[in-house]
Amino acid sequence: MAGFLVRRLLNYVVLVVVATSLAYMLAAAALDPRANYEGRNPPLPPAVIDARLDELNLNNRTPLFARYVTWAGGVARGDFGLTVNGDSVNDDLRRRAGVTFRLIILGVCFGGLLGVALGAYAAVRQYGWFDRLTTIASFVVLAVPVVVVANVLILLGTWFNGVVGFPVVWVAGEFTPGLEGGFLTQALDRVQHLVLPTISLSIGLVATFSRYQRNMMLDVLGADFVRTAMAKGLSRRAALTRHALRTALIPAATYFAFTFGSLLVGATITEKIFGWHGLGEQLINSINSNDVNTVAAIAFLTALAVLVASLLSDVLTAALDPRVRVG
Amino acid sequence: MGIADEELAEQVDKIKAPSRGRVVARRFFAMRQGRLGFALLALMFLLAFAGPHFTRWTYTDKDFAAFLRPPSGDHFWGTLQTGADVFAVTLRGMQKSLIVGLLVAVVATTLAAVVGAFAGYFLGWTDRVLMWAVDLLLVLPGFLILAVMSPLFAGGAWVLFVIMLALFLWMITSKVVRGMTVSLKEREFISAARFMGVPAPTIIFRHVIPNMSSLLVVDATLNVSAAILTETTLSYFGFGIQPPDVSLGSLIADGSKTAVFAPWTFWFAAGLLIVTVLSVNLIGDALRDAFDPTSKRRS
Repeated sequence: MAGFLVRRLLNYVVLVVVATSLAYMLAAAALDPRANYEGRNPPLPPAVIDARLDELNLNNRTPLFARYVTWAGGVARGDFGLTVNGDSVNDDLRRRAGVTFRLIILGVCFGGLLGVALGAYAAVRQYGWFDRLTTIASFVVLAVPVVVVANVLILLGTWFNGVVGFPVVWVAGEFTPGLEGGFLTQALDRVQHLVLPTISLSIGLVATFSRYQRNMMLDVLGADFVRTAMAKGLSRRAALTRHALRTALIPAATYFAFTFGSLLVGATITEKIFGWHGLGEQLINSINSNDVNTVAAIAFLTALAVLVASLLSDVLTAALDPRVRVG
Repeated sequence: MGIADEELAEQVDKIKAPSRGRVVARRFFAMRQGRLGFALLALMFLLAFAGPHFTRWTYTDKDFAAFLRPPSGDHFWGTLQTGADVFAVTLRGMQKSLIVGLLVAVVATTLAAVVGAFAGYFLGWTDRVLMWAVDLLLVLPGFLILAVMSPLFAGGAWVLFVIMLALFLWMITSKVVRGMTVSLKEREFISAARFMGVPAPTIIFRHVIPNMSSLLVVDATLNVSAAILTETTLSYFGFGIQPPDVSLGSLIADGSKTAVFAPWTFWFAAGLLIVTVLSVNLIGDALRDAFDPTSKRRS
């Protein structure tokens, strides 16, 4: 088991290094930081532009490979370089990663757990009214892109606030700046800001996970070991939760890893629309402002997220499935 | 097929067992959701490609006498802030979304089938190299790469966009295909072909891949909706189909700013997108049941 995990880990580290390097090369070749300085009024002398770009390691007149070596040397020491404004990428992204983490952790937990629960229950009562209802609902949800969901939530939230007469949910930002009051007031304010983004993040996850879990659960419901468990005298409920659900959770754990990586994209939309200053928002901004170092750093964080989630799913699979530990 | 051919086919049909394609088609259309999905998608195609002939506005026209007007006889679905006709631009966006969705799905599923089958058939180093590439693409953030490359998609280079989008949609399926190929390889008909000296690529394309057609067809339908939604998201941020061309994503992005006081700028594009993806999902689900011999679902 330990050897298995170490091999996996080594392979993932190589993958992350290659993926991040590729992302850096692509960003450095495709984005044009020089355009940020050219065409300014009054025009800057070319020597000044070159000096500034050299300082940031963004000069496209330096060979790509030389820039890559400088950048990789910094990354090896844990320094991702400077943004186009000359700030530290590390400081900027550390702050933003916190924002994104606070935003998605609730959405993921909520979406994953609710999705698995709904799917499992729907499978047990296959073709019952609950199964039919969740099937139709998840089809509709899966057909609606997150951009539409988020915008509709804002419209609904504004409408609801108008009906009630005072703001119940906030549609923008993480907290109200300069809000006076104790811990409780602050906490309530954060919850009011979290409601809509959390729904927008988790509604798609609930739909996806419930579909996966339903299919997996249906596959194991008729399996011999579940019937054996009941024949041994276990109640139907105990056999289902202790044996069927446990086995059916394994693919969900694997699937979770791949969702986690793509979640940065899902969160990008949510962050941008709800005005959370997180990683996703910064990704869009940094591409628009030709910020090569920030783009590469975000690529690294995404790859790292997939790696951590994959390892987690390996561990979860081993914990759930005794056959992996033997093999 | 001429009339004589049809008659001949019918006669042959009486003697022979019906082909697999016919069985699947019959089961597909026997299901309510299959019929519904197919009818909806056909309707969407009809609207997207025949609709523009019923209005005198094209998607590049600007009506300087009508800015942000609600639907009327002149502008069926109203106008945008720029004076563009919502009906014309929405249908243009739908054409793009439908074409991109279908092309991406075909390319991605083909890639998944070929890579997965070669890796599973040859195993060894071929397998290791191909699966490592699959893992690498899974770790690479596709959204980021596509967004960074977006300046290249301007000026009618949307074919490149289709290829790039397809490149990030095939990995998980190819892993499944690989697993299925490993077990198919042990079957008698494959061994027989191998002992007869049939070259490996011929075996893969003639025997291995056709045996996974059910999985691949279902995967292709799922990829259609995945591609349409990804294209929408990218275009929303301005990284997909580039102006002056439009797609449903760029329309939704523009419309969401005016949705509160001018709902027609948002809801026609969003509504058509939802109906399109829903119909593709319905088709995919019905196909899965139609291909599955053990399916007990009937409705």
